[in-house]
Amino acid sequence: MMKGGWFKVYAIGYLVFLYAPIIILPMFAFNDATIIAFPLSGFSTRWFEQMLTQPALGIAVKNSLTIAIISSILATTLGVFAARASTRFRFPGKTGIMGLIMLPLVLPEIIVAVSLLVVLLGIGINLSIWTVVLGHVLISVPFAIAILSSAFQSLDQSLEEAAYDLGESPASTFRLIILPLVMPGIISSLLISFTISLDEFIIAFFLAGTEPTLPVYIFSQFRFPQAVPVIMALGTVLVSLSIILLTIAEYFRRRGIAKSGRKDTGGFL
Amino acid sequence: MSAESRWAQFRRSEAASGLALVSPPAIYAILMLAAPLGTIVLYSFLTDGYLEIIRTFTLGNYVEAWTNPLYRGVMLRSLFVSMTVTFVTVVLAFPIAYFVSFHVEQSKKSLWLFLITIPFWTSYLIRVFLWKVILGYSGVVNSGLLGLGLIDQPLDFILYNVNSVVITLAHAYAPFAILPIFVALEKIDRALLEAGQDLGESRFMTFQRVTLPLAMPGVVASVLIVFIPTVGDYVTPQLVGGPEGRMVANLIQLQYLKLDNYPLGSAIAVSAMAIVTVVSVIFVGLNRRYLKGPK
Repeated sequence: MMKGGWFKVYAIGYLVFLYAPIIILPMFAFNDATIIAFPLSGFSTRWFEQMLTQPALGIAVKNSLTIAIISSILATTLGVFAARASTRFRFPGKTGIMGLIMLPLVLPEIIVAVSLLVVLLGIGINLSIWTVVLGHVLISVPFAIAILSSAFQSLDQSLEEAAYDLGESPASTFRLIILPLVMPGIISSLLISFTISLDEFIIAFFLAGTEPTLPVYIFSQFRFPQAVPVIMALGTVLVSLSIILLTIAEYFRRRGIAKSGRKDTGGFL
Repeated sequence: MSAESRWAQFRRSEAASGLALVSPPAIYAILMLAAPLGTIVLYSFLTDGYLEIIRTFTLGNYVEAWTNPLYRGVMLRSLFVSMTVTFVTVVLAFPIAYFVSFHVEQSKKSLWLFLITIPFWTSYLIRVFLWKVILGYSGVVNSGLLGLGLIDQPLDFILYNVNSVVITLAHAYAPFAILPIFVALEKIDRALLEAGQDLGESRFMTFQRVTLPLAMPGVVASVLIVFIPTVGDYVTPQLVGGPEGRMVANLIQLQYLKLDNYPLGSAIAVSAMAIVTVVSVIFVGLNRRYLKGPK
């Protein structure tokens, strides 16, 4: 380990850089001052109390959760179709079709946002949480496919053939054999799509109309300096929730690996 | 002959099943992505009227986007900023990926990856805002340096300009740079490194002639994954960029939502996509010899 000494110093410095914003966040959430600057003035929980009394925040949270739940289910469903098709079948135009579906991965989100906005306004659809869902499904599908493809790829095709030989139809084989085996992939895909939707700002900013999502609400509050401490409190709650959820997810991932006796080779990504 | 036709039949049915299965996501992508992208390309050649868009073909929007010093300046700055961010992020990320892959025990690797990815599951907007707090006039950096007596006056060149945009984006895209390089390094057969050293190469020479070329596919992936989205980033330049740190996404937003000039906004958006594509293709082309994979 001695030869890695300098690397370790660098790595710890790098982690400090990565964690700097998250360490500072709670300092201002519990700071008894409206201005976000040093030196800190004293401990207070009033920003958390104020957070609970803001109806607009509650509405934004509800909108965001609705959008994230619907778009993660839709994106995962579309992802299952595409991942199954691309891992199991050869068909004409496969590269082009899959390329188009995966395109949002390498397209700046602002382009997706403006192009959808132009078309939706052009055909006279009113902006609402449903138009945000359309955009979020589009950008989540490539991530869903990436996760689901690896799940479908590790399937043993002889299991499927055995089911056919035993008289199952393609539909019942899919339901009884394939679906349970790719379930972990489906769950990760739902979680990732949910997280992407929940944190996505620019598409929601363009397509939400008068129904702001949580990131759109947070962005609007940055314009009012007196509203920022409440956002710091909100941020602390969000960060704590995501760290708890990720730790639970990591625990189950490791338990799953330990159970199946595979070698642990990476994180969730 | 009959085997041949049955094979053809099978192929046909396989192709048909595949196409049927892929059609829901494909139709979705055509309606929600291909058609809208086509529409903005079309809009970029139309003329902006007072209240409506006039259907006469023109190249005027592109001429305006590429010759007006304001628009051209913003596009060039976006390109410069995202190239700088990409360089900084990948150069800083490589040693971390190398450290985790080569110096961390197998059982602790996933813990390190977990630690690296955690900060990125928290709200992007709030993270960007916190960089404003860190770099601000009475922020963490300035009050820290003042407290230590290293400076007499708060530094004002670290917020509301290109520097703060680069720092914030380099932070935001760090894991996207680390993970592909890590994956590439993990695939390297450790015996190759021993062979290099047994044959009398120094540790540095082995790195240069064995490790680095084999890690290049990961580096290329990192570069693209950081470069492409940063060109179009809206939040960071808006919150920490100040007037001289504005980028192309801010310009597109302004044209669409504030000035209501869809044709010019579309021309700028299409130009930005074209620039990103050209730079990415050139970059991949330059690194083609590393990407062929093992024979």
